Amino acid sequence: MDVVDLSRLQFALTALYHFLFVPLTLGLSVLLAIMESVYVTTGRTIWRDMVKFWGLLFGINFAMGVATGITMEFQFGTNWAYYAHYVGDVFGAPLAIEGLMAFFLEATFVGLFFFGWNRLSRIQHLIVTCLLALGTNLSALWILVANGWMQNPVGAKFNVDTMRMEVTNFADVLFNPVAQAKFVHTVSAGYVTGSMFVLSISAYYLLRGRHRALALRSMAVAVSFGLASALSVVVLGDESGYTAGENQKMKIAAIESMWDTEPAPASFTIVGLPSQEGRDTRYAVRVPYVLGLIATRSIDKQVIGIKDLVADADRRIRSGMQAYGALQALQKDRTDTAARATFGQHAEDLGYGLLLKRYTADVAHASEDQIQKASWDTVPNVAVLFWCFRIMVGLGFYFILLFATMFYLSSRRQLERYRWLLWLSCLSLPLPWLAIEVGWYVAEGGRQPWTIDGVLPTFLSASSISASNVWLSLSGFILLYSALAVVELYLMIRTIREGPADHPPAPAPAASYRWRAAK
Amino acid sequence: MEAYEILRLIWWGVLGILLIAIAVMDGFDLGTAILLPFVARTDGERRVVINTVGPVWEGNQVWFILGGGATFAAWPPLYAVAFSGFYFAMLLLLLALILRPVGFKYRSKLTDPRWRAFWDWALFVGGLVPALVFGVAFGNVLQGVPFRFDADLRMSYEGSFWALFNPFALLCGLVSVAMLTMHGGVWLAGKTRNLVQLRAQRAAVFAGLATVVLFAIGGFWVQHLDGYTVQSAIDPNGPSNPVLKQVGQVPGALLANYSAMPIVMALPALGFAGPLLAAMMVRGGRLPALTWFLSALGIAGIIGTAGVSLFPLLLPSSIDPNSSLSVWDASSSKLTLGVMTAVTGLLLPLIVIYTSWVYRVMRGPVTIDQISDENHSY
Repeated sequence: MDVVDLSRLQFALTALYHFLFVPLTLGLSVLLAIMESVYVTTGRTIWRDMVKFWGLLFGINFAMGVATGITMEFQFGTNWAYYAHYVGDVFGAPLAIEGLMAFFLEATFVGLFFFGWNRLSRIQHLIVTCLLALGTNLSALWILVANGWMQNPVGAKFNVDTMRMEVTNFADVLFNPVAQAKFVHTVSAGYVTGSMFVLSISAYYLLRGRHRALALRSMAVAVSFGLASALSVVVLGDESGYTAGENQKMKIAAIESMWDTEPAPASFTIVGLPSQEGRDTRYAVRVPYVLGLIATRSIDKQVIGIKDLVADADRRIRSGMQAYGALQALQKDRTDTAARATFGQHAEDLGYGLLLKRYTADVAHASEDQIQKASWDTVPNVAVLFWCFRIMVGLGFYFILLFATMFYLSSRRQLERYRWLLWLSCLSLPLPWLAIEVGWYVAEGGRQPWTIDGVLPTFLSASSISASNVWLSLSGFILLYSALAVVELYLMIRTIREGPADHPPAPAPAASYRWRAAK
Repeated sequence: MEAYEILRLIWWGVLGILLIAIAVMDGFDLGTAILLPFVARTDGERRVVINTVGPVWEGNQVWFILGGGATFAAWPPLYAVAFSGFYFAMLLLLLALILRPVGFKYRSKLTDPRWRAFWDWALFVGGLVPALVFGVAFGNVLQGVPFRFDADLRMSYEGSFWALFNPFALLCGLVSVAMLTMHGGVWLAGKTRNLVQLRAQRAAVFAGLATVVLFAIGGFWVQHLDGYTVQSAIDPNGPSNPVLKQVGQVPGALLANYSAMPIVMALPALGFAGPLLAAMMVRGGRLPALTWFLSALGIAGIIGTAGVSLFPLLLPSSIDPNSSLSVWDASSSKLTLGVMTAVTGLLLPLIVIYTSWVYRVMRGPVTIDQISDENHSY
């Protein structure tokens, strides 16, 4: 593997690993704020016990989220230096603002959340918990503004004098529709994860007949919040699909394995076996009209198929060659006004021209064969996308069903009636993570071959470092992350097994909670 | 001066402030971790030491993250060159920054002494390595770093990991370790009592004096180092393209700014006075907050000295000096700098306010009784 593949693998592994912790942080922080609000309004100490118990698990998870998040910020520089130079003017700002507005908030108040119980009034502590939850959610907002720009690079253009993308309209970057849709979709997915976590572990306690009072109340919160969130994930996932349809036609076509443009409204393929080489989908089971309705929200607009999108890429590559030729002339002579004018006409397609760099250094004079190869490079891995998307959506509907059922039972105070449902809840614990990880593959794998859609190809984005360096760091990450996963799972399971301390609350809050393990 | 020039100067200042904030805020808990095996012998003492930073290290570490993010946003080429060029040094730093959160959080969850000893060791390494790597990185930046740009502004780096650890850079690494150890010692002296406090005071005095001596040696050494000077006209409002200027190597150029503008001598003076005063005051144990601020001022003086010595360069290139990054040609666009200035101006004061509130809530010394009483202590 070359340095680009290795860097991609390293980024993918560390990002997927980081995102094992983020959704739980997002979901649990809000659930903690809800539980503590109940405690403060009702004054019932069982709700404080709940906050403390789930808070303990939150803490174990939070530490890993913080630790693995730093890796992501480092890698843009260490492994993707050309990317950092090329789009830092746009992409760096949301990352920095994330630090200023969100990360500081959550990291500063997480300490007080744990250490402040005896030093703050109830209201003050509740405010701290709410700020913690606010911080984690704002953090997701800014990261997704950055990520949304990679999917739909609005509000910026290439500057020939600095050889990079620069912001032209910051509000466009911030209110990027893709970013907004992704934000709501992603935090809702986090809430589903947090709710499932609380639901599953509470179900485990009920099955074992332990901590009944705490488990029932936790479950009631989890299923109502979980139901709302699961609905929001699917509804706003549709919004994501719509905005992707508007902005990333190739991603939608690949997800649906739609090789040819169909007359509107297009049919939706439920299952099938997409073939990248054969450029078709075998054994496809189709439902008429549905895709057209979701992707265009109309009955007359077409969803364009992969082959037509490749033809479009071919046209843009040819225009990009002109842009690149003009850019080379400008590098030799910055005052060449004719070249500047030519560049201006074709600037939008420069990124497509860069796709040719995989095949030739002389982009401006690429051969027909090279152009054809480059235009087919714009198609991501169809089969993987197709199936990842179906797993994600299937799980999304399953979550709605499960939470709705449990919500109904909870409202009738019959949560314990069906043991098999408790088992099902318990065993569903890993599913939100599965849905989220394949969801990220759809988002990021579907963006290939670009790091910035239509602007910068992935293979050009990496640092000029040797592959052996990345082999070494990748192995290091795998070793370290595996070891940490073992440690964190061990502590999680141990804390869950031990459960909340069951002795009756003592008069002084200080003494009521003393963790056996922490003595 | 035009707006772009002013914005670039502001962000040069912000970069300095953030580097200082990392060293001052994250620095004292790095120093605390370095001192952990020396000032605390029993498990109870170790828990006291760890719990002095327990409620605040997470927030402190964000200064580091923000430093990275702000550099990315305001100085993209600097971020790209420094992070990819110093590949393994950065990953080493990262390793430390990953071990620390986990170490703090997980150490006291189990009672097994081997478990705790392992995490104590991890915390010590996690404190020492960033302190050393920071200083070594600064030492290399002052001497110039082997990188160059091609016409597409793609950067290539031609040095090795081990070449970073040259004598001058190691000296800078030691300055950094000494000053952060001092800072951690001063913090611990204020936050603990009895034996731990006594040991922390001694360590702070020793580290403070070491800082002064090592910093002075560095001062003599730089007179004989080759510095870099911009020799062509450079437009402070020009495009951020770092290959359009001419830069030459001149012996002693790192001191040129001090003779051109004597007022900046205040920075190295602060670098000497801060640690000396902190070392003097920490003994008596009175006014711990003031002692801590003096130590912090010393750190600010030392880092400021390095920054002013380089100005207007940010990161000189040793193999192709013309590729050097300067304040005038390595920034973001005017619009991005403007937006970031507004956002930072709004949020940074807010951060200072709520961070101060947290320190106020958590004020007072940490004792072993208190740890056993509190629910979530480390």
